Amino acid sequence: MTTAENTTPLLEVSDLHVEFHTRDGVVRAVNGVNYSVNSGETLAVLGESGSGKSVTAQAIMGILDMPPAKIPQGEIRFRGQDMLTMSREERRQLRGQKIAMIFQDALSSLNPVLSVGYQLGEMFRVHQGLNKKQAKAKAIELMDRVKIPAAAQRVNDYPHQFSGGMRQRIMIAMALALEPDLIIADEPTTALDVTVQAQVMDLLAELQQEFHMGLILITHDLGVVADVADKIAVMYAGRIVETAPVKELYAQPAHPYTRGLLDSIPRLDQKGQELYAIKGLPPNLLRVPSGCAFNPRCPKAEDICRTELPALAAVSEDRGSACHFWKETLNG
Amino acid sequence: MGRYVVRRLLQMIPVFVGTTLLIFLMAYTLPGDPVRAMFGDRGADPATLAHIRHDLGLDQPLIKQYWDYLTGMVLHGDFGTQIQSGRPVTDVLSDAFPVSMRLALIAFGIELVLGLALGIVSGLKAGKLRDNVVLLLTLLLISVPVFVLGFLFKWLFANQLGWVTPNVQDSMSVSELFLPATVLAALSLAYVARLTRTSIAENLRADYMRTAVAKGLPRRRVVGVHLMRNSLIPVVTFLGYDIGSLMAGAVVTEGMFNVKGVGYYLFDAIQRQEGTTVVGLVTVMVLIYLAASLIVDLLYAVLDPRIRYA
Repeated sequence: MTTAENTTPLLEVSDLHVEFHTRDGVVRAVNGVNYSVNSGETLAVLGESGSGKSVTAQAIMGILDMPPAKIPQGEIRFRGQDMLTMSREERRQLRGQKIAMIFQDALSSLNPVLSVGYQLGEMFRVHQGLNKKQAKAKAIELMDRVKIPAAAQRVNDYPHQFSGGMRQRIMIAMALALEPDLIIADEPTTALDVTVQAQVMDLLAELQQEFHMGLILITHDLGVVADVADKIAVMYAGRIVETAPVKELYAQPAHPYTRGLLDSIPRLDQKGQELYAIKGLPPNLLRVPSGCAFNPRCPKAEDICRTELPALAAVSEDRGSACHFWKETLNG
Repeated sequence: MGRYVVRRLLQMIPVFVGTTLLIFLMAYTLPGDPVRAMFGDRGADPATLAHIRHDLGLDQPLIKQYWDYLTGMVLHGDFGTQIQSGRPVTDVLSDAFPVSMRLALIAFGIELVLGLALGIVSGLKAGKLRDNVVLLLTLLLISVPVFVLGFLFKWLFANQLGWVTPNVQDSMSVSELFLPATVLAALSLAYVARLTRTSIAENLRADYMRTAVAKGLPRRRVVGVHLMRNSLIPVVTFLGYDIGSLMAGAVVTEGMFNVKGVGYYLFDAIQRQEGTTVVGLVTVMVLIYLAASLIVDLLYAVLDPRIRYA
């Protein structure tokens, strides 16, 4: 490994802004997001729907529909190279080969009228120029790898003939096909049963270790994150409000929003008590509250929160919190 | 699949009997008397009329006549005889169908190429200028009655530009059939374009399209394979059914351009109260419809793997 590879993160997002130009006005979905992932590392991006976590991922993949989306500002560096300044063809070459994505709902994300073997083999045919027969052999190999039983018999089946868990395995296999350096998984287990969720997450973590890939795991499920992630970025209204190594964040959140999220996990030892819920609703991105976007829902909010937007302050060397009162929050 | 086909073929029998019976009854309850018409204004004595009726089997109960007709057709391929000319109806059929078939195929080709092209061009850019142009154009084609369009085309291409003769001289000549085929195709073409457009615009937003882009596939593959395979399913279904109606729905067009096909003979036969000819022509059309719908349903299963017939 060269020194450059040691110091440059695999992926580095800096000051990324994404806005959508709609009839009702400009929706600022992502407002200055910074994060980075190294090879072999798992970053979990946590947040409610509309927090901008998926939009950031789609911006990295380059699959935003532009227009209506627009990236007015920011950089997305892959191995030090800004992808936003690359040509369309250069970006296409990266997709699938270097950066791959796993989507939430495998049934709708797989093409219903093409066999899974075709859809897997397509990766090899397009990117490596293999012929149909070779591609099919590779597809079977991949299906074996993600532990789909009787792969050779099932390679010609269609997505609707598989169970939810098996379909998600096929999505994973597709992402893994060309052994990319980075995988972005956008809520990969949301549509699955709890038992299947665990299997799929385990598989993903196992394969990530094997190939030493970087993984960005987008989720709103704190339970999924705890076991597999190295560090977490919590997003709210298009900004990162807290970033921390996973254990520290669980033990001692430094942002009231993170605290609220942790408190709303149902716990077995508190059966019978009412579940905690963060009051209020996520903000309308057309009318984000002034100051800290979380202030109308925050139990700690004071006047400064309504007027001044808190910057991401360094809590420790590898932690940050965008709260005026992070010290108080950290100490309970 | 095999069992499904057999079942469908068996289902065709009652449909076939039912439709032919209806047509038979309708044709024979038309006002007027073809036997009396044979004598024109002169009239004939009742004994002669009764004699001819007896020879033709017209004095039998209607249901017996139908039964004789049906068995004659199925067992011997005998579609009856024209009362006035004494010509077998099968002769008329073999004159009419090749012409209409040819006309329908040319029209189908135009519909397929132009309809799909317009639909794809507009569907890929839904909401943009060229989409609106196509929508307007197709709306125009759908709104204008076929005889207006026909006369407009005749006036423009035959009378003003002189590219073609106003009436078709040789009904088997492809180049002469081109203009009537265009008129015939116009309406279906507009429907195909709109159906394709809607289907493409809808599938363009599908999740699997996002996946295809994320896989790093080139745009022509994303559109040509992933989008088209899904978007064209409803279009192919429509096209299949439409082949039947192109053959049958050409009465006005064939009459206008003097094409001697099914529509022409059918209109002629209705005017002369030639029941046998009407029933013969319509029966063959019914068969074509039935075959087309079976083929479409089978094709549907081939195109969409989610549909399987047991």
